[in-house]
Amino acid sequence: MASGVKPRVKVPSSVSAGEVIEIKTLISHKMESGQRKDDDGNTIPRSIINRFTCTFNGETVIDVTMEPAISTNPYFQFEAKVPEAGEFVFTWYDDDGSVYEEKKSVTIG
Amino acid sequence: MKNIYPLTAIASSFLIALSAPAKADEDAKLVVNDEIEMVTETAAPSHLEGLDTIYSGWTFRTDETQSLQMDDFDNPAFVFVDQAMDAWDKVEGSAEKSCSSCHGDVMESMKGVRAVYPKWNEEAGEVRTLVTQINACRTEQMGAEPWGYTSGKMASMEALISVPSRGMPVDVAIDGPAQSMWAKGKELYYTRFGQLELSCANCHEDNYGNMIRADHLSQGQVNGFPVYRLKNTKLNTAHARFKGCVRDTRAETFNPGSEEFIALELYVASRGNGLSVEAPSVRN
Amino acid sequence: MEFSRRETLALGAGAAALSMLPLRSFAATADEMIAEFTGGADLAQDGVTLTAPEIAENGNTVPIEVSAPGASEIRVYATGNPTPPVAAFAFGPLAGSRAASTRIRLAETQNVVAVAKLEDGSFAQSTKLIKVTIGGCGG
Repeated sequence: MASGVKPRVKVPSSVSAGEVIEIKTLISHKMESGQRKDDDGNTIPRSIINRFTCTFNGETVIDVTMEPAISTNPYFQFEAKVPEAGEFVFTWYDDDGSVYEEKKSVTIG
Repeated sequence: MKNIYPLTAIASSFLIALSAPAKADEDAKLVVNDEIEMVTETAAPSHLEGLDTIYSGWTFRTDETQSLQMDDFDNPAFVFVDQAMDAWDKVEGSAEKSCSSCHGDVMESMKGVRAVYPKWNEEAGEVRTLVTQINACRTEQMGAEPWGYTSGKMASMEALISVPSRGMPVDVAIDGPAQSMWAKGKELYYTRFGQLELSCANCHEDNYGNMIRADHLSQGQVNGFPVYRLKNTKLNTAHARFKGCVRDTRAETFNPGSEEFIALELYVASRGNGLSVEAPSVRN
Repeated sequence: MEFSRRETLALGAGAAALSMLPLRSFAATADEMIAEFTGGADLAQDGVTLTAPEIAENGNTVPIEVSAPGASEIRVYATGNPTPPVAAFAFGPLAGSRAASTRIRLAETQNVVAVAKLEDGSFAQSTKLIKVTIGGCGG
């Protein structure tokens, strides 16, 4: 599933120090549950993103363990505290070992 | 006698429940990104005799589904719009051109395009859908392979090209050289197909707002296509939906891209003249 | 991905069959998983909020939100799914609130449970019945 995986992240680019901001993330992924069968009756093996993390300047905002019950094209919305200027790092971990990363810089203004 | 009043009360509340309003929230307004105000209900175009008011499919959905379309970061269709943005700039074919080589910034050059398609193409002497026009560009201008009519790449590109027209009224021309295709589409719309002997109109004109199983029937407007469906979690094209509808009447269907479906798309689009372009929209 | 109605029904039937078996040693139930998470501790009935539609238009994509002020972690279980765990949200020092939203798959009408581990070591639970409807055409 390493091809065609594309993250989308919404973070305000400028905030005031200490502000709590809303973050939205979406990534294209089939999230094959391991419960389905193909036309020949064989179980289609599970292939999902199993973990999503968000950090800011190395400190954790949220760390999500994901199961096959998360919908195709996984979406998360949550809030982060921004103490200073810096960089958000968003990371998605695929069952197949692939890691998808997206970064967003934030300035204090 | 004492029991009569409670029983009557129960009976009438049951009736009220049965005649629940056709739509989840009659007053709901669709504003996308706090910016683009959509017309989701308006007077039917004058050519349309069977309806007084036309409604976007959005108005038939639950609050939760409706809200998914109100922000481009909540709308899952935009992962595909992003992919199409890359395809827009990708050089392909023997002419070594990309879409942007000729058309530049898609948000500028494609403004208004989605609102007027399907459209008569004078040079080609035919009515073209957005899809046939994209493939004409690919084969004639780029020297590239055409994309499948309802393929993911095509649906994504249709979605991207629709974005700059969002909020503009659908305004397809039904007169002039397009008139005969429009008339053909209208005839198809009112023709009963399949073992169930259903026409498009039987569901989407005569029974919109009523339940079909656990779902509200819409007017079958196409102003939101391609749509991201929660059911199959991908972009769905108008012709793929037409095919699904005809299949559900237990008929042999026409093919996506066939003259019949192009005519039908032109006619169905014209039934939505006046609604806003919503594509890419979100439906159940 | 897409579950056809037949597959979804089959999943539901499988889950129903499982829940009727006297021995459940080979498939942990949501209750057992929750007990493992809490170590058998009492569950307060307030302290965590689970927001979800009463009726989901499609079981493939059901929006939910969990919120528990003071929680270090919130776990979500879909009690009627073939595998009940949905997600575990662990909040770090820069979490702006102890809340998150996502979209989940439900195989059938069922109870969805959110269990929060609060920073004082106690646990809270919230349960919500979500009805999953069968769509209209080809639904």
